[in-house]
Amino acid sequence: MKQLDRKIFSAIGYVSLILLAVLCIFPFILVVSSSLTEESKIITDGYQFIPTAFSTEAYSILFKYPQEMINAYLVTIGVTATGTLLGLFLTSMTAYALSRKDFKWRNKFSFFFFFTTLFSGGLVPWYLLIVNYLDMKDTPMALIVPMMLNVFYIIVMKSFMSSIPEAIVESAKIDGAGDFRIYVRLILPLSKPALATIGLFLALAYWNDWYNALLFISDENLMPLQYYLYKMLGNMDGMRKAMMGAGAVVTTAIPTESLKMAMTVVATGPILLAYPFVQRYFVQGLTIGAVKG
Amino acid sequence: MKGHTFWNDLKNYKVILLMLLPAVAFFLLFAYIPMAGIVIAFKKYDYAGGIFGSAWNGLDNFRFFFESGDAWRVTRNTALYNIAFITVNNALQIFAAIMLFEVGGKWFRKITQSALFLPYFISWVVVGAIAYNLLNYDIGTVNALLRGLGLEPVDIYNTPAYWPYILVIVAAWKSLGYGTVMYLAAISGIDTEMYEAAEIDGANIFQRIMKVTLPNLYPTVIILVLLAVGNIFRGDFGMFYNMVGNNGLLFSATDVIDTFVFRSLITSNDIGMSAAAGVFQSVLGFATIMTVNYAVRKYDKDRALF
Repeated sequence: MKQLDRKIFSAIGYVSLILLAVLCIFPFILVVSSSLTEESKIITDGYQFIPTAFSTEAYSILFKYPQEMINAYLVTIGVTATGTLLGLFLTSMTAYALSRKDFKWRNKFSFFFFFTTLFSGGLVPWYLLIVNYLDMKDTPMALIVPMMLNVFYIIVMKSFMSSIPEAIVESAKIDGAGDFRIYVRLILPLSKPALATIGLFLALAYWNDWYNALLFISDENLMPLQYYLYKMLGNMDGMRKAMMGAGAVVTTAIPTESLKMAMTVVATGPILLAYPFVQRYFVQGLTIGAVKG
Repeated sequence: MKGHTFWNDLKNYKVILLMLLPAVAFFLLFAYIPMAGIVIAFKKYDYAGGIFGSAWNGLDNFRFFFESGDAWRVTRNTALYNIAFITVNNALQIFAAIMLFEVGGKWFRKITQSALFLPYFISWVVVGAIAYNLLNYDIGTVNALLRGLGLEPVDIYNTPAYWPYILVIVAAWKSLGYGTVMYLAAISGIDTEMYEAAEIDGANIFQRIMKVTLPNLYPTVIILVLLAVGNIFRGDFGMFYNMVGNNGLLFSATDVIDTFVFRSLITSNDIGMSAAAGVFQSVLGFATIMTVNYAVRKYDKDRALF
């Protein structure tokens, strides 16, 4: 009898997990296969799970005049690399200072940071500050700076660093090392798991960001990838113009529906390719964080 | 005495304070100064005068906001959506975590977990594109399926009634993998002796989950729910904006405070009312966090956030 409950449970478990997994993957397959389906077939039969009329036309149009797409890619790569490095440096440095138990004012400073998660001035003053007072509109700064520091990441990093034995810091001090030296030479190398986790969080946030671009970017040369995709999906005339502006002689009708999906695939590609490898670090980092509470 | 004066401390902590300087400057600039900017909500903002040069107009901005009839709608939507998200997301994540922990071999577990995590990695823009792909009236997959079955297609983008369900499903879909990992970590941390003891007492697997796993997950659930409840008046702008955009036909069911504030600021350029709505949101949020934290503190001091 002991086996029966196990069997019932396993049956429920397998069925529901497989169902959930399929639901999570299915939409992606739909996008990829739609991007490879002939436009006329989409118009008559709708988006399809398995392409019945295979066509790579959407991709060949997309790659014929790739300047704008490449530009958007470069903006995103630049912003992601700069933002992640700066953010990681500032987050870890701040966390180090807050994790030092011999620093008398650390609770005061911690509260100074934490309070900003409880109360805020709202979107309007923040927006006006960045646009009217800091003059960041249509600069790369607007894409990088506002997302650089995040209280949650500082707290996660701080709690990791607090678990590093105090004796290491003390012996280094006796050897005459200064605080900054201890941070760079000792604490940073010991904090690799936390750095990897927060670095991934930051990189993902920068890579997927379109909100700051929506608010602050109107210059087409500064459009990051996700915002470019957003613009193109919402505005097929814009897409047509982009194609023509790039020198395309549009003789045939542009396959807008499959082109939309091809753009989505190209804009998502790197994340989809990297995610199985990156995921492992996320899981490790989250596991550490969850156990620590 | 000498070592305990403020100036000596300052000297001792010189390097540490310098290391804190960039972050302090950042939060002063991007968080504390905007808090002072709340005065905009009480002003008739004009660009020439700026924040401090514009004329005062008392509570007029708030009056417009509340009299427009939008205030109640967006507040109700924001709160109800968040309550639905908190309930559905956590229940589903706990369920998936328990199943992943109890069922299957290493490979099965790895593959399903990877699948569940996939939606977390893509931007809301792409989710919006996928939703369009599925729900579009003419060529969307859902309607293609309905037509194939000989049923009437539904005009989803023009029917507010469907959207609470759609948005709850999408939110659950996107956050499933992330939350599942959190709970999985908590389950892995449960002492195996408890499971062995339950086994010896003759508990079957269902009893084991009800009596051992769930009670042990309780602290994690409380922390995650507490954090979420504090944000109950904040809408996930990325989600609502990419799923619905500026589709006014759906606003009765989909407009939240964040989309309303954004629209008043960017589209209708009504800076005063937008700021007033933002202040209203911040004050509600602050009051909620304080109340919830106070209640938890009273009930169990260790579980409170601060």
